[in-house]
Amino acid sequence: MQEGTARAVDDVTFTLKRGETLGLAGESGCGKTTTALSIMKLLPPGGRILKGEIIHDGEDLAKKTDSEMKAVRWKKISIIFQGAMNALNPVLRVGDQVTEAIIEKENATKSEALQRARSLFELVGLDSSRVSYYPHEFSGGMRQRVMIAMALACNPSIVIADEPVTALDVVVQSKILELIKDLQRKLNLSVILITHDLSVIAETCDRVAIMYAGKIAELGNVTDIYKDSWHPYTEALITAFPSIAGEKKRFKSIPGDPPDLTSPPSGCRFHTRCPWQDDTCRNQVPEYRNVSPDHHVACHYSEKIRGKFRGAKP
Amino acid sequence: MDNLSVWFPARKGIASTFAGKQEWVHAVDDVSFSVRKGEVMCLAGESGSGKTTTARAVLGLIKAKSGIVRFEGNDILSLSKKELRKLRCKMQIIFQDPYESIDPRMSVLEILSEPLEVNKVARSRQEREERVYKALEDVRLLPPREFARRFPHELSGGQRQRVAIARALVLEPGLLVADEPVSMLDASIRVQILNLLLDLREEYDLTFLYITHDLAQARYIGNDIVIMYLGRIMESGPVEEIVSNPVHPYTKALISNVPVPDPTIKRDRIAVKGETPSALDMPSGCRFHPRCPYAEEICRTKEPELLRIGSARYSACHFNDRWIS
Repeated sequence: MQEGTARAVDDVTFTLKRGETLGLAGESGCGKTTTALSIMKLLPPGGRILKGEIIHDGEDLAKKTDSEMKAVRWKKISIIFQGAMNALNPVLRVGDQVTEAIIEKENATKSEALQRARSLFELVGLDSSRVSYYPHEFSGGMRQRVMIAMALACNPSIVIADEPVTALDVVVQSKILELIKDLQRKLNLSVILITHDLSVIAETCDRVAIMYAGKIAELGNVTDIYKDSWHPYTEALITAFPSIAGEKKRFKSIPGDPPDLTSPPSGCRFHTRCPWQDDTCRNQVPEYRNVSPDHHVACHYSEKIRGKFRGAKP
Repeated sequence: MDNLSVWFPARKGIASTFAGKQEWVHAVDDVSFSVRKGEVMCLAGESGSGKTTTARAVLGLIKAKSGIVRFEGNDILSLSKKELRKLRCKMQIIFQDPYESIDPRMSVLEILSEPLEVNKVARSRQEREERVYKALEDVRLLPPREFARRFPHELSGGQRQRVAIARALVLEPGLLVADEPVSMLDASIRVQILNLLLDLREEYDLTFLYITHDLAQARYIGNDIVIMYLGRIMESGPVEEIVSNPVHPYTKALISNVPVPDPTIKRDRIAVKGETPSALDMPSGCRFHPRCPYAEEICRTKEPELLRIGSARYSACHFNDRWIS
């Protein structure tokens, strides 16, 4: 047990465009889930937003009180929590769980809400008659569809999906990701997709922010990030990700472990694991700078070391 | 150890005693394969495929209903408890969860000494300690004396998994069974551990039975692969061949749906209906038929045999001939 303050999210800046899928990628403890929970103002007890702004529709969500956030959550921005599909109330019919939010947020009657639930089910590829089923009568993939239906219940414009396919078999995973993409197009949604799985990001996102130890290491469009990255962490992570495609060969791994956020490394948080670290890296936090249109990176030496990790021997 | 043959027809899993009805879950049904010494054999499949059950039965951790497991010339399943115990030293396991599989109340030294003490290997405390330090060196937890003093809560997930591997190595086994050993680890740590396992295999000529649902991992570490579905083998052969040129409809569908970490590669997905049914509701005939895009009448009535379709390649589909180019 360790005591202390963990700076879970430190100086993170990004913009979400209408109709795009933005990925928040990174390993455990990098701050991706905390960032999402902050947007929703749903941080766990003890967590608080120290500073910063979350601008949505011209308003700063960071300054809103909990009761003011009630008008935002579910109606403007909704979230599918990690593992939510396994947290459905087992003794309530799924239809009732979906209508709960509609009744409360939209002041609808029970029958109006149920009608909406039925059409939501159809939207997510479930038979509308299934609103009267119990969670245990659904398979994993179907339960996740229920969670997606719930997230769309009050017509939000932004949906945050936290590890939406991690617990699903690969064939089902494909179908759910396709569903999310499909719904995004149909409803002009903006999606923030959080995952540690770089192959899922590659398949679904337009842009991605690679996070490390509470900060964004790099943010850009997905092709640039995967093919022409500027940050050594990004490059190392992507080249050392097992894949069924590409050359079969031994990868060079990143040494060491992700840091403890209660006492993160000084200067650049990645320096302890970076092959090019020097005094500057150890002492100065790198600026989060704009290196090309819509591409930001936080590294002192990006220009010099780009592409070098790929060339390194394992 | 030369060849390991594993064969279990109709295995008893869970018995339902409601209303006096006896139900059997065919968790693993008639599975046969061989693993060559020094090679990495991957048991791959999705949830409910029977891969973990197969591996545990190989180690005698669960009772098989029938079958033969040949290891170093012995049929493991017919050995006495005493004989099995001796043989167990040569077969070790690494579990998936580095937080659950090592005792939080024991120091690393105690954790690694335990198998030596239990199996009465190494007579003196000094000899035991030496073996422990050697194992810690093997898994690159350096300096070993420093790590030996630590407790699990002082270690990261990757370090704990190294301890679990060290514990498996301390008895100098010939066979290592690894059940999703990196699935719970962060991406940057996974390749570290996979590379470690490959290094150890080379150094000690170890044989691996590697269980995973992740085909990318299987490809990275494996030589051969067995694709399982609902307790049966659908396809088997060299991993690179299976991944680049799958024959069985299930394998083809599986591979086409695995995402790759490259946004410039666009792949055609083979859509598969539904989800894997429960083993209690086992489909008739070919277990994959309700979801197979090519299913015909014979698939509903007759279970296909696992047939040889090439050198070292096997596939269990009535229409193997159609798929072989």
